[in-house]
Amino acid sequence: MFETIRTAVSSLWANKMRSALTMLGVVIGVGAVIAMVAIGNGASGQMEGVISSMGANMIVLRPGAPRTGGVRQSAGSGGTLTLNDIRAIEEECWSIQNVAPQVSTSSQLIFENRNWPSQVIGTTPGFFRIREFQAQKGRLLDKEDERGAAKAAVIGETVARELFGKIDPIGRSIRIKSIPFEVVGVLAPKGQSAIGQDQDDTVIVPITTAQRRLVRSSFADSVNMAFVQAKDVSMMDSAIAEMRALLRQRHRLSSDKEDDFDLRNMTQMLDSMAQATRVMSLLLGAVASISLLVGGIGIMNIMLVSVTERTREIGIRMAIGARAGDIRTQFLLEALLLSLTGGAAGILLGFLASLGVTEFLKWPTSVSGGAVALAAGFSCLVGIFFGLYPAWKASLLRPIDALRFE
Amino acid sequence: MTPLIQVEDLVKTYRSGDSELRALDGVSFAVERGEFVAIMGPSGSGKSTTMNMLGCLDSPTQGVYKLDGKDVSRLSGDELARIRNVTLGFVFQGFNLLPRLDALGNVALPLVYAGVAPQQRAARAASALEKVGLASRMKHRPSQMSGGQQQRVAIARALVGDAPLILADEPTGNLDTKTSDEIMGLLAQINRDGKTVILVTHEPDIARYASRVLRFKDGKLVEDKRQTPVKRENVGENAGENYGGGADV
Repeated sequence: MFETIRTAVSSLWANKMRSALTMLGVVIGVGAVIAMVAIGNGASGQMEGVISSMGANMIVLRPGAPRTGGVRQSAGSGGTLTLNDIRAIEEECWSIQNVAPQVSTSSQLIFENRNWPSQVIGTTPGFFRIREFQAQKGRLLDKEDERGAAKAAVIGETVARELFGKIDPIGRSIRIKSIPFEVVGVLAPKGQSAIGQDQDDTVIVPITTAQRRLVRSSFADSVNMAFVQAKDVSMMDSAIAEMRALLRQRHRLSSDKEDDFDLRNMTQMLDSMAQATRVMSLLLGAVASISLLVGGIGIMNIMLVSVTERTREIGIRMAIGARAGDIRTQFLLEALLLSLTGGAAGILLGFLASLGVTEFLKWPTSVSGGAVALAAGFSCLVGIFFGLYPAWKASLLRPIDALRFE
Repeated sequence: MTPLIQVEDLVKTYRSGDSELRALDGVSFAVERGEFVAIMGPSGSGKSTTMNMLGCLDSPTQGVYKLDGKDVSRLSGDELARIRNVTLGFVFQGFNLLPRLDALGNVALPLVYAGVAPQQRAARAASALEKVGLASRMKHRPSQMSGGQQQRVAIARALVGDAPLILADEPTGNLDTKTSDEIMGLLAQINRDGKTVILVTHEPDIARYASRVLRFKDGKLVEDKRQTPVKRENVGENAGENYGGGADV
């Protein structure tokens, strides 16, 4: 076997240029597979990062669309979800890690002679944990602020920049809807969200303060929505079931009535994304397969030429005792060697191409072991498949005809 | 004891278009172990066709070919390959060495197909090369050697498997007279060492080395004559010194 490999190497080496050009097809095919899958992986990894920064184990709870005389109104407009519902969920649903109810309103913020329009969110301390907000200065809101309906505000970096400029905002007073709030903290910047929203253009106040002083609702205790974080992605379903049962019970809904609230999870979003990624992978795979196929045909072509060229050599080998199988193995091994060397070079090329894309285009890429294994396996198969026919053809030669060949 | 080679009523026809060419037309003969046979005849007489049959490179259309008592005319391709590998060694007019292998590699090649271990292969190939007087040329490629040297490498290749039968098809056809004599001396020596040698030639000078001459004409064996072979002095005992390569052109 070792002898056969050495023979194959030396005969490929004897035609260096030809062997290199033959391999090129496979090199490009394999390189394309690896680079493209790396780019695809990088893109979907980035999207997943964005979603999981919002929390893959996140559930959005909103009041249901109330029915008024058969006309459905938009979800969240009813006052069916209260802060007490949220507190009950927090205490009784064990699959849940954090709950952040929120009421929000838009308002002009005023500091001395400056003003800035922004979104004001009234929420509980759980909000910071769920959204992974941290304070870069001062502190975040705590339970005490909530209990006492403190007039304390944590501002995003955009707000801090627009209202305060170079002044340290901590301890300063801003007015929201004419009510003075003390700035107790500045959030660490998070930049834009996946849909292009500036996540730092926000003011956060205790939910109790917001309910009593900022939002004039006909339902005093109601919340607009709540982010609920399950303990784990695998506990999403049980978290939803627990909340549904609890809320139906608290709202005294008989079994023939619809929910008056709405529960949605982020995994639905992840699912649709995974599907998009699958389609992309399939397309990339198709393109790559075609280029590998073309590479394989190149190998077959050259192997056929090589068999014809070396008919005499085949004859000599047969005359001194080579069996048809020996000849077949020899040529098959040469084809395999071509495609495997090409495959290895292609893996290297793909790897370099992904590095280049990250370096120059700033796209995230991630070379997956699966793609490398797939490409290597595929180039191996290409070698066998396209080497088989020429090898078989060589082995069918009759020694006397092969020897007479000029 | 059965003869080494027994051929009965061998027929070989080639078909080209509608016409049928009868290259061999009912040839029968037997060769005992240790004989040195020359097959002679003009071109187209069927001598090379016979040689290809004997060498298991081609199969007869009709007739029986028994090698060492075994009918080989109906064997499978793999079984024939085994016979070519083990039972006979073939020497061609055009040497037929592999250009990319050195002398040692070419001589060792039959042992590769016989499944001999690498260490043993090199040792046996080296000793075969010594036997033909090429101990100093083992690492040379065919292109770096003269015709006579190449033919000796080919003879070493035929000897390396220790086959009882050596077949030589016009082994001196591409060589000058002096070198031809040297090659023939070598074959005679091999014959004296116990191998059966059959050679095809159309030159009477070459045929004189054999102890028996089979003459072919128009696909038929027309003469089977025993003779006293010529002896060349100094051939054999110290072949290595005499055929070390320097004398070859």
